[in-house]
Amino acid sequence: MSFLRRLRLPHTWQGWLTIALFGFMYGPIIVLGIYSFNDSRRYTSVWQGFSLRWYESLFQDARIFRSLQDTLFVAIVAVAISSILGTLMAIGLSKYYFPGKGVYRGVSYLPLIIPDISIAVATLIFLASMAIPLSIWTIVAAHMVFCLAYIAVVVSSRLGSLDPNLEEAAFDLGATPTQALIKVLLPQLMPAIVAGCLLAFVLSVDDLLISSFTAGGGANPLPIEIFSRIRNGVKPDMNALSVLLILASGMIAALAEYLRYKGSAVER
Amino acid sequence: MSASLGERQGKRLAVGGGQFLRRLTGPVALLGPAGIWLLLFLVLPTLLILEISLVPGLRPEDVGGSYGLGNYFQVFNPLAASFDPVYLQVIGRSLYYALVSTLACLLLGFPVAYWLAIMAPRRWRNFLVVAFILPLWTSSLLRAYAWTSILRPTGLLNSFINGLSGLIPGVQLPTQSWLYSSAAVFIGLTYSFLPYMVLILYASLEKLDISLLEAAADLGATPRQTFWQVTVPQTLPGIAAGCLLVFITSMGDFVVPTLLGGASSTTISRLIYNQFLGITRNWGLGSALSMVMILAVSLAIALLLKYGDRDSVKEA
Repeated sequence: MSFLRRLRLPHTWQGWLTIALFGFMYGPIIVLGIYSFNDSRRYTSVWQGFSLRWYESLFQDARIFRSLQDTLFVAIVAVAISSILGTLMAIGLSKYYFPGKGVYRGVSYLPLIIPDISIAVATLIFLASMAIPLSIWTIVAAHMVFCLAYIAVVVSSRLGSLDPNLEEAAFDLGATPTQALIKVLLPQLMPAIVAGCLLAFVLSVDDLLISSFTAGGGANPLPIEIFSRIRNGVKPDMNALSVLLILASGMIAALAEYLRYKGSAVER
Repeated sequence: MSASLGERQGKRLAVGGGQFLRRLTGPVALLGPAGIWLLLFLVLPTLLILEISLVPGLRPEDVGGSYGLGNYFQVFNPLAASFDPVYLQVIGRSLYYALVSTLACLLLGFPVAYWLAIMAPRRWRNFLVVAFILPLWTSSLLRAYAWTSILRPTGLLNSFINGLSGLIPGVQLPTQSWLYSSAAVFIGLTYSFLPYMVLILYASLEKLDISLLEAAADLGATPRQTFWQVTVPQTLPGIAAGCLLVFITSMGDFVVPTLLGGASSTTISRLIYNQFLGITRNWGLGSALSMVMILAVSLAIALLLKYGDRDSVKEA
């Protein structure tokens, strides 16, 4: 009760609107969660009792598990390579001045602003004209484009707030550029690199369009599988799958925000 | 004497060349790998779709053909024989959806961002902002899907409306199939991109100097005057950035119009998708539409940067 008394309700319409929009943002997800436990044969809004049957049928679905494997493989490989390329790119852009740097930087921002469908179309045409057969590796290659762009942006913003004296001190104490990079710069950038990787991971796992255009027959990532199932009539086990995936990405998000918070707290 | 001077100069040049090469290793090692990747999988492909878009009516199995603006005429030139107004309708509809959902995001998002940045209890601010944008981290596909169970004819919204009708005797509130309508697309797009708007406006409002608001109040301004003459002008760059981002992403969105919209709410990204993975394929036309979208987005970003610069110039 003392908690309720201490919980001061907002006394402005902006505050009430914020509460209402929190409901708007979380309501559909909560509804989905509730229905995933609904014991009904058909997909209906009528509550017919609590049941775990949809989770059971989900865990027996081998197709979903293969799709999940494909998705995780693509995301992990693309993010792992992009974390190195993206971090190097961010450091390079902060260190060096050269003709055409503006163009380079502009191109590195393109994946963040061009609609997915355009990137997907361009990649498909490129792969077709080079006669590269579509496979899980073409998905990885296409995902790397936006993964490294996002990681570079997150790392760049961190680089801007670093103390340049630390690296110079390392040089004064006789460190080689490589040593200074590994022993001084990278540890300071680590929270940003991890946060960027988590963001890229979530985007890669979520991607439908670019995967659809670069997958071919060989691979079938989860978003493609979910999309085709939703379009061909829904079964409630999709609700169960959604709940699990949303919980998983929520945990990744919380981890990323915690790292970001910790990173900025260390600075202060 | 002169020969040795020349020799020395030559040596110095050689040393200089070595240093030049050594100075090049850093940038090449750092920027090379990512640069090559972006060149191969972004720049080159974009140039390729520009080329393909200039080959009229190319099907996947066709090779070659003469260059021309036929694909663009099909979309934009009413005088061309192949012109079909449906493409302009689709582009117009995409712009309309994007405009309405951007306005909805701004009208809903600004008060929320204002409350979070200025009125909310200070120790809760970070947590509340993170909580509000948390849904962005979850799958956009699944968030659109979540709305289908609410908007379906036998869904929660209609059950709720029927329930209300039951409470009031003699009144039958209209129920309809919300799903596969423009309304569903508006709701879905607003739902998907509201967190972006709130995030950007929050970042802008957080930097707002509260003492300016107090000064305006001290000088006798009404809250309304303070809002329109101090708060809005101060946060205009944030408003512009937020609107542009939401506009671009909702215009190019594929998932929401496909899952929540019906056959009559086809948008440009669905149209492009169908040219490549649908039943009636036309790579040339798809590439032309894709180029139009890339150019429109680039133009919008360039305008924002230009006006952003102008703002910072004004401030300085």
